Amino acid sequence: MSQVLVVVEHSGGVVAKPALELLTIARRIGEPIAVVLGGGAEQAAATLAQYGARRVLSVDAPAFESFLVAPKAEALAQVAEAVQPGAVLFTSTLESKEVAARLAIKIGAGLITDATDVRSDQTTIQTVFAGNWSAHAQVRTGVPVITVKPNSAPAEPAPTETVVEPVGVSISDAAKTARIVASEPKRASGRPDLTEAAIVVSGGRGTGGDFAAVEALADALGAAVGASRAAVDSGWYPHSYQVGQTGKTVSPQLYIAAGISGAIQHRAGMQTSRAIVAINKDPEAPIFAFADLGVVGDLHTVLPAVTAEVAARKS
Amino acid sequence: MRIVVLVKYVPDATGERSFAADGTVDRAAADGLLSELDEYAIEQALQLADQADDVEVVAMTLGPDDAVAALKRSLQMGASAGIHINDDAVHGSDALATSAVLAAAITKAAPDLVICGMASTDGSMGVIPAMIAERLGWPALTFGATLSVQGETVSIRRDGDVASQTIEASMPAVVRVTDQSGEPRYPSMKGILAAKKKSVEEWTLAGLGLQPAEVGLAAAWTTVLEVTPRPPKPAGRVVPDSDGAGTSALVDFLSTGKYI
Ligand SMILES: Cc1cc2nc3c(=O)[nH]c(=O)nc-3n(C[C@H](O)[C@H](O)[C@H](O)COP(=O)(O)OP(=O)(O)OC[C@H]3O[C@@H](n4cnc5c(N)ncnc54)[C@H](O)[C@@H]3O)c2cc1C
Ligand SMILES: Nc1ncnc2c1ncn2[C@@H]1O[C@H](COP(=O)(O)O)[C@@H](O)[C@H]1O
Repeated sequence: MSQVLVVVEHSGGVVAKPALELLTIARRIGEPIAVVLGGGAEQAAATLAQYGARRVLSVDAPAFESFLVAPKAEALAQVAEAVQPGAVLFTSTLESKEVAARLAIKIGAGLITDATDVRSDQTTIQTVFAGNWSAHAQVRTGVPVITVKPNSAPAEPAPTETVVEPVGVSISDAAKTARIVASEPKRASGRPDLTEAAIVVSGGRGTGGDFAAVEALADALGAAVGASRAAVDSGWYPHSYQVGQTGKTVSPQLYIAAGISGAIQHRAGMQTSRAIVAINKDPEAPIFAFADLGVVGDLHTVLPAVTAEVAARKS
Repeated sequence: MRIVVLVKYVPDATGERSFAADGTVDRAAADGLLSELDEYAIEQALQLADQADDVEVVAMTLGPDDAVAALKRSLQMGASAGIHINDDAVHGSDALATSAVLAAAITKAAPDLVICGMASTDGSMGVIPAMIAERLGWPALTFGATLSVQGETVSIRRDGDVASQTIEASMPAVVRVTDQSGEPRYPSMKGILAAKKKSVEEWTLAGLGLQPAEVGLAAAWTTVLEVTPRPPKPAGRVVPDSDGAGTSALVDFLSTGKYI
């Protein structure tokens, strides 16, 4: 059976949910081998084993921390050379797409990004042009390198025994050129990660700058908070929460847009959500054309009322 | 300092975008324009030029005849010259081939700095800058929200999910800037007139030492088997929130969908 390298998204060994979804997809194609770049492989392995990873490759180098992606690509090329996999899967993130792009060149392989599905024959589905088209594609040269969007498959448990194998890699000086000279960590929000969350509540210009009602509903639903670019540009919410073409792409079970008009660039980041609900006081707002449920009203009254009702039903 | 800004000509996202029979983007069906995210790249280059006397900004595009429009717009904004890589053999190239052609053209143009946009608004893979850097063996500073050059060192600040970082490299280097980097300028009347006198060179594969068989649809390492229009989503229910009707509809929606 073909071996499938699954590059695991994690933070210090805490595995991100999309990595588990990727294991589900990998098992359709063959035998998954998880690759943990950076520290924390032992901890990650405990989770990965629950989702069918029998082998966990632990690959670490100090250069991963001090330089942008080139060292990671170099390390993965060495892993691919050793394992000779049938495919390499990544979770689509801004960074992983750069790693995948460099890896594809290094190993002479075709690249597909942002797949929403990967079939057992390694063909992929992508949604393109604002969700109006669907493309069925295939890598035909080299080992397919594919990045898959979060929420493209269920994370199906498949408990197994696992072994953690340290893999030594050597990083060339040529890969150590984009130096990270300063790094200011950000405070965690305490809410679910925007791209992983099952529910996202986003606020736009219509919030008028007050995100309290958006955050309160998000907390009542256990949801992540998102924002439109208009809200971000106004300085009301940090850029890392922006949903859209130049922000995050989200694909939750439910997306609630409050005070967001539904511009094409915003839509690009949320159109694959399973269900969409919009609250907007303008009945002509474009977002109503693709929302499953639209409420024409003031978000400052609708959101608190819904939050109160959700809280009441929960207790 | 010589800066090459990579600009792409893309179908207008507000129009009907579709595919041709060979599975490639139908560039004839929709009006095209300079990818708006590349305007941010031009803007950053022009700001560097505004700060020093000896900065030359060259806009470069790879695309069919019409793509010259992306260069024209760049020249109107203030770029000093344009390079149009135009060769029928390139039609249908995938990202790997596109990056190979652009890397070869960059080698020929020999800049100190290459500035790219965050992503193209049609393909939007967001991989070309990394691929070009990989091919050239140059550092890539990506997702710059700010960009500055000091002597031989280029640096960016990026606003990531877990940290805000400052990243440096020696030139030559590839930089990828975001739309957080500052609003692109509009061409002024003077800029529009001046652009008429600026030159656009046309380059073909032959001049870059590339064989037609290395690029294009037939040589692509990925292939689109089929493209299908997705049925438009049936319009959902829209409820006015009079007397709390909208609120209860929303709560019902949440409970029927088992979101609570
Ligand atoms: C290159 C480029 C990239 C972009 N990338 C992104 C991106 O990644 N993400 C993104 O979101 N945008 C992006 N945009 C911007 C996009 O075009 C829109 O400008 C933006 O999405 C608008 O945000 P908005 O819907 O919050 O604001 P608006 O369009 O101003 O809409 C606000 C809405 O709130 C409603 N409203 C006002 N008050 C209330 C109230 N009290 N209660 C209920 N409703 C109310 C109004 O009726 C209106 O519909 C990009 C644009 C460009 C040019
Ligand atoms: N055909 C092209 N011609 C010139 N520049 C391009 C081309 N394709 C991509 N680029 C550059 O690469 C960036 C990222 O593109 P992409 O990887 O296609 O999303 C763009 O913003 C441009 O700066």
